[in-house]
Amino acid sequence: MKTTKNGPKAALREGGRKALPAKDRHLRFGGAWDYAPAPEGSGHLKLEPRQQLFIGGEFRPPAGGVYFDSVNPATEETLTQIAQAGGADVDAAVGAARKAYDSVWGGLPGRERGKYLYRIARLIQEQARDLAILETMDGGKPIKETRDIDLPLVAAHFFHHAGWADKLPYAFPGRTPRPVGVAGQIIPWNFPLLMAAWKIAPALACGNTVVIKPAETTSITLLRLAEIFRQAGLPPGVVNVVTGGPETGAALARHPGIDKLAFTGSTEVGKRLAELNAGTGRRLTLELGGKAANIIFEDAALDQAIEGVIAGIYFNQGHVCCAGSRLLVQESIYPAVVRKLRDRLRTLRVGPPLDKNTDVGAINNRPQLEKITELVACGVAEGAVLEQSACALPRRGYWFPPTFLTGVTPSHRVAREEIFGPVLAILTFRTPEEAIEKANNTAYGLSAGVWTTKGSRSFQLASRLRAGVVWANTFNKFDPASPFGGYKESGFGREGGLQGLASYVSLG
Amino acid sequence: MRATTSQPPNSARSGAGAIIDPASGAHARVDSVMLEERAASFTRRSIKTSAKLAGLKLSVAMMDLTTLEGSDTPGKVASLCRKAVRPAAPGLAVPACAAVCVYPSMVRYARRFLGDGSAVHIASVATGFPSGQYPWRTRLEEVRRAHGDGADEIDMVINRAACLTGDESRLADEIAAVKAACGAAHLKVILETGELGTYDVVRRASWVAMEAGADFIKTSTGKIQPAATIPVTLVMLEAIRDFFFETGIRIGMKPAGGIRTSKQALAYLVMVKETLGDDWLTPDLFRFGASGLLNDVLMQITRLGDGRYQGPDYFSAA
Repeated sequence: MKTTKNGPKAALREGGRKALPAKDRHLRFGGAWDYAPAPEGSGHLKLEPRQQLFIGGEFRPPAGGVYFDSVNPATEETLTQIAQAGGADVDAAVGAARKAYDSVWGGLPGRERGKYLYRIARLIQEQARDLAILETMDGGKPIKETRDIDLPLVAAHFFHHAGWADKLPYAFPGRTPRPVGVAGQIIPWNFPLLMAAWKIAPALACGNTVVIKPAETTSITLLRLAEIFRQAGLPPGVVNVVTGGPETGAALARHPGIDKLAFTGSTEVGKRLAELNAGTGRRLTLELGGKAANIIFEDAALDQAIEGVIAGIYFNQGHVCCAGSRLLVQESIYPAVVRKLRDRLRTLRVGPPLDKNTDVGAINNRPQLEKITELVACGVAEGAVLEQSACALPRRGYWFPPTFLTGVTPSHRVAREEIFGPVLAILTFRTPEEAIEKANNTAYGLSAGVWTTKGSRSFQLASRLRAGVVWANTFNKFDPASPFGGYKESGFGREGGLQGLASYVSLG
Repeated sequence: MRATTSQPPNSARSGAGAIIDPASGAHARVDSVMLEERAASFTRRSIKTSAKLAGLKLSVAMMDLTTLEGSDTPGKVASLCRKAVRPAAPGLAVPACAAVCVYPSMVRYARRFLGDGSAVHIASVATGFPSGQYPWRTRLEEVRRAHGDGADEIDMVINRAACLTGDESRLADEIAAVKAACGAAHLKVILETGELGTYDVVRRASWVAMEAGADFIKTSTGKIQPAATIPVTLVMLEAIRDFFFETGIRIGMKPAGGIRTSKQALAYLVMVKETLGDDWLTPDLFRFGASGLLNDVLMQITRLGDGRYQGPDYFSAA
């Protein structure tokens, strides 16, 4: 770094407007001025060595007495042990939910249910900092995301649905909305608290009770949320938390005592749940995988499109079902887009998730890291060109650098399969028709992005892309008032908005 | 501005042919939603301890310490020059400011105080600052005079009327003529972004200024609100980035007006670091136009040393 020791004058006098040859036109993102570590303090948070199940308003040990480790993916250190709920525990939880539904919650006036939800929302806001830190330690997500995105949205979902609780007749004019009963809910590890909020808030607002199972690797914050339910005085059994692995989920899905099943997670598991649910007459909503196309037209605001692409795929390490994992670029701007992406990739800070300047955190779990690694290797073997951030990765923990692959065509595996990691596959197109065809050429249909300054083109694409959400000149925008859900193998049913409420009411 | 869809008047300089290259920075569009989102992300970086100290000292070295008032006198300018040369007691190890920025009539007094060959530059506003609404002949004469009186840098204001009516050739010709009148002095081109209305116009004006010979592009006079903002500076930095890739020329950036706190200054440095990289983190290519910022920075530097905040009376007035 130059200081004024010799004065800027000398440099100015000799410098002037000197043109560098094309080969020297590079930006340097080095250490001229590096940020010092800025860790969010977590020392004040003490976790019990064992986390219990939350059934009937009480924290209680699992009947089988079995626990498993919960690991911080950024360090591989064990944070605590989580209870493994067996069939008897699931049975007890469903029983508690049924009892709460029959005795208290199902008949409670909407305005009273709303009060509980408002109280929960406020408690979440008050405890947001601790919840964000725990979410980051448990899942590997950067603190700036849990702090600025996850937790505000969690609170927003409770506030939004609190408002609906006493206004349901206005949501369904001319109909009489009644609760469905006991909802069984299974959620994934990518947004543990947020997915819990998406499931619990509408269920409670509509008068249902809940048995919810978090993902095996991310149970801690949902159990903290259970503690908030207790602080809010929520009647025992209205929400029950059963932790555990796939067997616990299967036991919940099979249980005859639930009236509705809601699942967010992989398409593979979703298909199995659909089979389990077949013939039971129960309602089912599935929010599954995705392989979203982000489409950049030549008239787009390029620098802003690059930001959207970066946010679309590297947000939450790409562990996002609606991630913009396929980039479709109009051929006329392809070299410029790749250069800009490459430069932007180099400014992403990968490292300790608790550091406030970290942009990309740890991969949530080892099997996922192995899957990402395998798929990227396959992409390279199939002829795609690999571009990766040269950032240094921590020695311990599960890490994968932000990556993009060029030279990808629709027949590459990396263009077809959901990678669920920080990996972008870049394809090109020549005309709007070709862009639409390629974007729709996938088994999934959860989301899409369109980057153009032509308003008419945004609308045209929104109507022709088979995706539940189409973002124009932005990406990954979520709001409790907006329905979210997929086409094709991305699932069915909607969460959020009026359409989301409809999943949790019977209309008389 | 109209030229986004037609051939720019000064296309001979850029080498553009009749067919528009959609990837060229000359035709870039700006979308405010993601622009402002990205801009906000710079303010959320957490700059602590050693990084904060280094960033604050760099900010001082990048400062064009400014007085642009009708009440300016030789005495006031001398006081400003003294502050720029030695912003704080030597114990703080704070570098000198990059320049003082004054009205043309004050250049000679600044030169008298600073002497020849001073490390602290003299920048003079010119061309009918701040409105630019003066006859072309006198606007140009100001530049020659200021340079003749010893200005190292000329901060010209653009013809906003030309800009807003889409008369890009006039805009470019005026800037080129001022550049020629500057001689060896460096030219900073003030766009007065607060009067341009949209980011697209700012982007296009930045491009015309760079093609016409600007060494620096600068946001504002400080006399119009809004003055410098992070999003508008980002638009200009992105234009500088595209211009560099197309021409190989590094253009400097000067946000001016409204930057009063250390926290703001650090956010600007974060933006430069993450948009243009290490090469622009120097007073040769980045300046702050400010008057009140310096003492806030000094207050923070002092606190980093002994952990205490001092009152304003412990820092000398300019």
